[in-house]
Amino acid sequence: MARKTIRSIPQLRAHMPVQEAEVRAHNFDEVALGFDLDNALVECERCLVCPQPACIEGCPVNIDIPGFITRMIKHDYRAAYDLLTDSTLLPAVCGRVCPQEDQCEGVCPVGAGGTLEPVAIGRLERWLGDKAIAEGWRKVSHIERQPFRVGIVGSGPAGMACAADLAKAGCRVTIFEALHEPGGVLRYGIPEFRLPNSVVDAEIGAIEALGVEIKCNTLVGRLFTIEQMLGEMGYDAVFIGTGAGSPRFMDLPGEGLNGVLSANELLTRCNLMRAGQFPAYDTPLGLGKRVAVIGAGNTAMDAMRVSLRLGAEQVNCIYRRTETECPARKEELHHAEEEGIEFHWLTNPVEILGDENGNVRALRCVRMELGAPDDSGRRSPVVIPGSEFDFEADTVVYAIGTSPNPILGQTSKLKLDKRGYIQCDDTLATSLAGVYAGGDIVTGAATVILAMGAGRKAAASIKDYLGIRDSARVYAPEPAGLEGSLFGIDLAERNFTHVRLI
Amino acid sequence: MTDHNDAGAAGATAAPQAGANPYDDIRSKGFPILTRTNFSDVTFLLEVEHPAMARAAKPGQFVIVILDEHGERVPLTIADFDRDRGTVTLVVQAVGKSTRQMQATLHAGGTLYGLVGPMGVPSHTSSAKKVVCVGGGLGVAPVYPQARAFKEAGAYVIGVVGFRNKDLVFWEEKFRAVCDEFIICTDDGSVGIKGLVTLGIEKALGEHVDVDEVVVIGPPIMMKGCVETTRPYKVKTMVSLNPIMVDGTGMCGGCRVKVDDRIRFACVDGPDFDGHKVDFNDLMLRLKRYKAQERDALERYDENCRRLQVPQDAGGVR
Repeated sequence: MARKTIRSIPQLRAHMPVQEAEVRAHNFDEVALGFDLDNALVECERCLVCPQPACIEGCPVNIDIPGFITRMIKHDYRAAYDLLTDSTLLPAVCGRVCPQEDQCEGVCPVGAGGTLEPVAIGRLERWLGDKAIAEGWRKVSHIERQPFRVGIVGSGPAGMACAADLAKAGCRVTIFEALHEPGGVLRYGIPEFRLPNSVVDAEIGAIEALGVEIKCNTLVGRLFTIEQMLGEMGYDAVFIGTGAGSPRFMDLPGEGLNGVLSANELLTRCNLMRAGQFPAYDTPLGLGKRVAVIGAGNTAMDAMRVSLRLGAEQVNCIYRRTETECPARKEELHHAEEEGIEFHWLTNPVEILGDENGNVRALRCVRMELGAPDDSGRRSPVVIPGSEFDFEADTVVYAIGTSPNPILGQTSKLKLDKRGYIQCDDTLATSLAGVYAGGDIVTGAATVILAMGAGRKAAASIKDYLGIRDSARVYAPEPAGLEGSLFGIDLAERNFTHVRLI
Repeated sequence: MTDHNDAGAAGATAAPQAGANPYDDIRSKGFPILTRTNFSDVTFLLEVEHPAMARAAKPGQFVIVILDEHGERVPLTIADFDRDRGTVTLVVQAVGKSTRQMQATLHAGGTLYGLVGPMGVPSHTSSAKKVVCVGGGLGVAPVYPQARAFKEAGAYVIGVVGFRNKDLVFWEEKFRAVCDEFIICTDDGSVGIKGLVTLGIEKALGEHVDVDEVVVIGPPIMMKGCVETTRPYKVKTMVSLNPIMVDGTGMCGGCRVKVDDRIRFACVDGPDFDGHKVDFNDLMLRLKRYKAQERDALERYDENCRRLQVPQDAGGVR
């Protein structure tokens, strides 16, 4: 096969259907519908299969991207899936929620010139992940039992990734989850139209198939402490992946009014507790008609798009910087705009106004402008004097980030950093021997894939700590070519005598 | 009154023998109810098996209970715990849809779909020499372990509890066993002092000038009244707040309360706070947030019960 060049590959990205904006704004079905087989194969052809692939380095879990794409081109989807799942456990999840434009796709040479779009790696990953769920493929792991027990706190992406790697290494792994359903942020945070629950269930099923036990309704720190896990409960090592935790508020006047809530609360009520189906489900939602969401990250996008689907007539985004600084995934921002969400850039709330019944009536805001760049090079917004105006709203949602959850800090001797996150060294070891931590509880709010990366890194450190051989390394068979052979006989076998078996 | 377990079901769910490691088999869901006691037509008590929780629980903590797959997460204060039997005791007041449904469906031998805890920072049993423990309504039961803890720490304990009338009084013997003085207040005066628990507090503070601390658990309006009663005496008054909650682990911020003009989360920073610093108006306003939906759900539930001819008091006093 002739070497592919930037000119010989399909120039445009293959078509991926999405639900029409007017339709999808009123349902919870998935927005992006994914490639079909033909389009997936067209997209595979766009990969140059670079000799030194930047995308692998760009991926937090170092997926062999050209490798799985090459196998897909050969129609060997099962092999592609097996290669993919050497690195990631949750392809159907990551293909949907990773910020690929900042990772693999961001460094793809196809897109580097600026004229072409990079290979749609995320969509290909999702296609393979979905195919595996549909076909019931499971990664076959040859597990060599080890006498170690590992306890994992939190069943979100960090905990699941860590659990899977340790289970494959032969440890007996138990995950403890405080909520009544496993999955962490995949369950309570990311809404159905972006990540269907059926996908989360399938990925959790894959983890349980590895022998991992998941205990829900278990609040570690309060039911038992980290120290007890290592002591009387007999765990040899512990991984903490409890997530970022507590929503932040701004301490504005009027925050106690009814109708002010955090994006976490809105999303938990809607996704985990299914408040959208009240009264069939018992949890009420209490969403108004005019919703103002403060913040413009991925959580804000989710909160806004959920509000729209739950019957809000007007949904507004209030953000104090501009669209350029908006931290959300580009695709989500684009989808939100299409669905009719109004964005108010360079706007900052200063007060929440209430009516006589203690409900939100309006949001008082000021206009901002970008000032001089600060030390980090970001231009920080400053208030334009006299620009105050009122903004009609009956629900105000805060999506301005989180602070660390205090429970483990309150109940164990774990050393925290000055912001209250768990302090770790480069191997993700905490101040307690045998206890490792990763994900948002270490770094502050980040992404699913970074949490998974941290979970895998911690798993490797735990294996080191326990003295287990690194099971993550995949021993591929040597390529059988004519190189290094003598008249077709492997050099290593040149002194062998051939014996005919009768 | 007590609805004890029959032999068959009891065999399967008997409390574990002493010495067994309570962490060996932590349940993930389906928590067995060992006994149920009805205190009145709206209040009942459930004793649920959870050895690990019985061991971890401390006075002042709470749990979250989920009735079934469609249920909401209901926070309930731990009224008592028994480490030997491996059980925790919860008191439920059937006032809304979920609690009414609990009253109708939860019995000894049954199970709770979800039970998680103990949550919240345990009450600080200070080195106070003389304390007044005040309970009203749903707060009567959870104030008991606090009184017991103070008694065990060597304090002089004055118990003050409030009920509507004589027939609704419960746990009198239990309280008398741990209290040096015990004052009952009833709305109609059928037993003890006629009036609110604030009268009982006035009486206790009037007779004892050296009270170091007052602990109050009950409905917000009662706690507000008690806090105002003790304010002129400048006696430290701890209250246990019960705002609307979803996850109970500090994740949603729904339970935020204003204490000393700062936002605190009752689930992880509380539920106990210094009553003199709590903004009760803010708390009571925020408790009304879902009033319309709550009323709606209750009406719908009652209507369904009528239609299905499920007796409303299926779990009532027998």
